[in-house]
Amino acid sequence: MRWVWIDRVLELETGRRLVAIKHVSLSEDHIHDHFVAEPERSLRAMPVMPASLIIEGMAQSGGILVGHANQFREKVVLAKVSKVELEREAGPGHTLKYTAEIERMDESGASVNGTVELIDHTAGGKPQRIGRIDLIFSHIDKNMSGMGFPEHNFVFSETFRTLLQTSGIQVDF
Amino acid sequence: MTRDEIYSKVQEVLIDALGVDDDEVTADARLTKDLGAESIDFLDITFKLEQEFDFKIGQGELFPDNAASNPDFIKDGKLTPEGLTAIKEKLPHVDFSKLESDPQISRIAETFTVDALVSFVERKLQTANA
Repeated sequence: MRWVWIDRVLELETGRRLVAIKHVSLSEDHIHDHFVAEPERSLRAMPVMPASLIIEGMAQSGGILVGHANQFREKVVLAKVSKVELEREAGPGHTLKYTAEIERMDESGASVNGTVELIDHTAGGKPQRIGRIDLIFSHIDKNMSGMGFPEHNFVFSETFRTLLQTSGIQVDF
Repeated sequence: MTRDEIYSKVQEVLIDALGVDDDEVTADARLTKDLGAESIDFLDITFKLEQEFDFKIGQGELFPDNAASNPDFIKDGKLTPEGLTAIKEKLPHVDFSKLESDPQISRIAETFTVDALVSFVERKLQTANA
């Protein structure tokens, strides 16, 4: 099983840009633990999407963008989180919009600049920029350490295929 | 562009890529041992130098790609004399003199200093302007 942190890909420009969304829901388990109420300190529960999972959402958006650029032939893995700035929390009912853009790409990997926007449906629903996430992806078969990996592409699995198909993107992997 | 100007830009690249302080990025600082660079940081540094200086860096041009995994160049975990000659020719911006006495593969990364990056950029810009 793989935990997918994107609900739909809205736009995909090959080798350039991908836009995806994620609806934050109160039915997701993780949000109930982050943060739980602390009655002894008179603190109510404050369910918010953990920043680490927002980073994962951007990593999946960027990873698909980078993988798609080479028809998913490369095993694309997140190698470095270069920069993260998040200025506002996302809670239940909000939608996160991830825009990932390839900055540089070569045989060994790619650098991706990401913008995170938040759509608050109770406040007009206009996307508001809440941060940036810059990432480096490695094509692990071409990594410099010379390590070997399984031949089949374990990165782009059935779950990603389903996500892309439901987003109307034809894939062949 | 003078060597000092190049040095200053390379310093900015390393501060950004490795999250180090400017006083740590001295000319003889080693990227791995002193500045904490890991293998993926080399890709990050390559991308950032390309962007900063507006040139393209080919695979194996700045850092070694397959020299360290070429069986003809390695024996018992060390570079053979042929391997050392090959890597010197391929990477003229790097001072391999400290590697000569004990050319272990694992020590190759230690030869990459801030100065080596500055020399690489200097050579690259000279070639572009020639």
